[in-house]
Amino acid sequence: MSTTFTLNGSPVTSDAPPGSMLLWVLRERLGMTGTRYGCGVGECGACTVHLDGDPVRSCRLRLSRVAGREVTTIEGLSPDRSHPLQRAWIEEEAPQCGYCQSGQLMQAASLLAENPSPTRDEIVGHMDGVLCRCGTYGRIIRAIERASAAIAAPAGRAR
Amino acid sequence: MNTRAPSPPREAARPPREVRRPPRATREAPQGASRSRRDFLKQAGGGLSFALVFGPAGLAARSPRSPDAWDAWTDADPPDAPPAQHPFGAWVRIATDGQILIYSPAAEMGQGSMTALPVVLAEEMDADWDRVRIEHSPVEPAVYGRSWSGRGRGGSMMTAGSMAVRGYYMNLRAAGAGIRRVLLENVAREWGVPAGELTTEPGVVMHAASGRRISYGEIAAFAEVPDELPEVAEAELKSPEDFRLIGRSLPRHDVPAKTDGSAVYALDVRVPDMLYGAIARAPVHEASPASFNGSEVEALPGVVGTLRLDYGVGVIAETVEEAFAARDALEIDWAGGARAEGFDSVAALEAYAGIADGNGRGRPLSERGDVAAAMEAAAARYEADYLNDYVYHAQMEPLGAVASVNAAGDGAEVWAGTQAPDMARAAVARELGVAVERVAFHPCYLGGGLGRRTMADYIVEAVQLSRSVRRPVKLIWTREDDLQYGAFRPMSLQRLTAGVDDNGNPVAWTHTVVGDGRGLLASGISIQYYDIPNQRIEMRGASHGVRTKHWRAVGHGPNKFAIEAFVDDIARGEGIDPVELRRTLLGGSPRAVAVLDEVAAMSGWGDEPPSGRARGVAFVERSGTLAAGVAEVSVDETSGRIRVHRFWCAADGGTIVQPRNARAQIEGGIVNGLSTALFERLTLRDGRVEQSNFHDYPILRMSDMPEIDVRLLPSRELPMGMGEPGVPVAAGAVANAFASLTGRPLRHMPFTPERVLEALNG
Repeated sequence: MSTTFTLNGSPVTSDAPPGSMLLWVLRERLGMTGTRYGCGVGECGACTVHLDGDPVRSCRLRLSRVAGREVTTIEGLSPDRSHPLQRAWIEEEAPQCGYCQSGQLMQAASLLAENPSPTRDEIVGHMDGVLCRCGTYGRIIRAIERASAAIAAPAGRAR
Repeated sequence: MNTRAPSPPREAARPPREVRRPPRATREAPQGASRSRRDFLKQAGGGLSFALVFGPAGLAARSPRSPDAWDAWTDADPPDAPPAQHPFGAWVRIATDGQILIYSPAAEMGQGSMTALPVVLAEEMDADWDRVRIEHSPVEPAVYGRSWSGRGRGGSMMTAGSMAVRGYYMNLRAAGAGIRRVLLENVAREWGVPAGELTTEPGVVMHAASGRRISYGEIAAFAEVPDELPEVAEAELKSPEDFRLIGRSLPRHDVPAKTDGSAVYALDVRVPDMLYGAIARAPVHEASPASFNGSEVEALPGVVGTLRLDYGVGVIAETVEEAFAARDALEIDWAGGARAEGFDSVAALEAYAGIADGNGRGRPLSERGDVAAAMEAAAARYEADYLNDYVYHAQMEPLGAVASVNAAGDGAEVWAGTQAPDMARAAVARELGVAVERVAFHPCYLGGGLGRRTMADYIVEAVQLSRSVRRPVKLIWTREDDLQYGAFRPMSLQRLTAGVDDNGNPVAWTHTVVGDGRGLLASGISIQYYDIPNQRIEMRGASHGVRTKHWRAVGHGPNKFAIEAFVDDIARGEGIDPVELRRTLLGGSPRAVAVLDEVAAMSGWGDEPPSGRARGVAFVERSGTLAAGVAEVSVDETSGRIRVHRFWCAADGGTIVQPRNARAQIEGGIVNGLSTALFERLTLRDGRVEQSNFHDYPILRMSDMPEIDVRLLPSRELPMGMGEPGVPVAAGAVANAFASLTGRPLRHMPFTPERVLEALNG
């Protein structure tokens, strides 16, 4: 039995058992290793991807549940690190070990898609479920604020 | 003796020179590129599995790197594709188009050394940083290891103890200066001018008298490079005011690839024909499997094999799902007799006070003056016990590795993120009973280290699984495996006593640490910056059979918590301001006083804090760096929950190579320190770890994050460690702020709500 869904804009079909967790299908069968395994129980957020635009923990999402739907991973956030968040992440030098950062970026991207000008409290409230062991939270908040400002500013005048 | 890479001279008129092979250290490319495999096969005599590596999106995964222009030729196959690269000693290759490859010997686990070390070399070489390309160095400790002094070549390749920059600083400066001298001498010979008339700008040699300029790439095309780079005296190295790169905060090499998922961690590596491995490890550390349902599990779908290990049972399967399912299906009878059997960590920690009470003397760590007499004569005496629970590393990437043992079982290729690639490579060779040259080792990015990845257990396991099936195996530890078969920061008791003189200044000090962890407990117990004339510091052991290991800043976390909280106990008892008392104690060290005064100024020490909040201070030394921190906290007296609102830190770590990143390291250390101060607690009952994942082993979250302000004091001293000093400065500052707010001490880390309520109501 195979499962078809849209991955980063292109249709894909996987022969993995439909009960498989999306995380492992992405990583070990489809080569999308930017989505990372951290806990397997939806507690750390390293595996966060978008399902029809909403952030979900792919370690707890069965393949059967994404049939016919749209999945976006970090590899699909932009083709060339041009998403305002990716630019801001580099400018703020947010990552340290980097392992959680795909999940941080995908969680943040869903926030800005819904709310391009979040307050600091809204940022923290939205991001709180994604853990970082290196302690980069402060820079992540600053990067989200920077990306938010860049989105708000007219092209060419982004800070 | 000259070394030339095989490429035509720049000008046909030049006579051809003898072509020699580059030194061995530079011949083997360090990473999983086709080139290194080919070289490896040459050295190993063939017969090894010859796997192509696939990374994200099916791209060839080589060294962890960001795609950029350099890849156009470093990824090129054949290896000698133009423009040719020329080795200049072990560390550097210069291409004829001016690109400069610098090998970085440190593990990259988020601390930024992969960039900081090449910055140091590029500085003295006067390289054009925009043309610098960084790759992991080969795993050859005799060439790429570090010393404790930072001088000389060779030693350990372990990245730990905040040692990377400080351990390579003078070595890499000397190497960079030697390369620059070689470049100058070649140009002098080429142009027929004295080398002394030549100068450099980044990437260019110039002759002012004639106005001539030549780029490093152009020089590479004809340069004669001696086998040994010339020695450059320390006095001839750059003066700090001439630094162009050190101190400038250059962008970290690893960051871009960490924003698009392309950074390659060990768990991301995929090789053709690869199987998946999982291991059920002993629930009581070090217990052995007596028997297990092997034939039943081997009949499960996709299962290729099972393997009995000393402390567990491994399964190998076609897919990751099948490997985990097979692991879950294992029924194992564990042999009795493990040392940790029946161990109860809560009861054991309670019993530590009795060990401290005992009449026997512990192992003396340091002794000064006459403590007994000074205590006898003291105007007042203080005593307190401090407790610390076990702490787990919780690096975000669970352990794992990919190994491919060849058909004959006498060689292997390994991909792993490790803090000690040299030790890991040697451990794999030992496991296989072969020479280290038979092991091709590919360092990957580390999804956090914190000391856990100085051990090679998870790498050897992958090799054992691969050897049992003679196919490549990716071993994945689950988070539960990682936590429950961890190696923890040991729990401990610190008993402190002090006697003060008529002015309230401590004149006698004793510190007894109790626990199972030997050197892990001793780190940070010394108070060398506090001028107390009579001291006795000792350690008393216990033995539990629980695995313990270095954890970021090691014993400094627990010991500095106890020491700094105790100094505040004394200050409170004597009615002395805590900053003032520390200033007195630190009187012999102007640098220490300077960090204390700086953090006092930053935090507005002495000003009234916002209503409902209080501040606390702590001072530490770690990895040669001096740091002082101030925490501003409030407490919810109903829930017992402490909130840290602000944290200020001033640090003197000597010369700072990458200031922005250094501040990030201090900040991250503070976050780790706060996380252990407030949340992290691992316990064992009946010999088994009671926690299993982040739901019952919480770490600090974004909503717990204070605003953190870090300042690094300017200095021209040698660089010291930045990765760890933030950790130990946190807990003491929080405990002291809490005591200032409530009048009650917190003496058991972490300061969980239950313990806070106990302190408030007790």
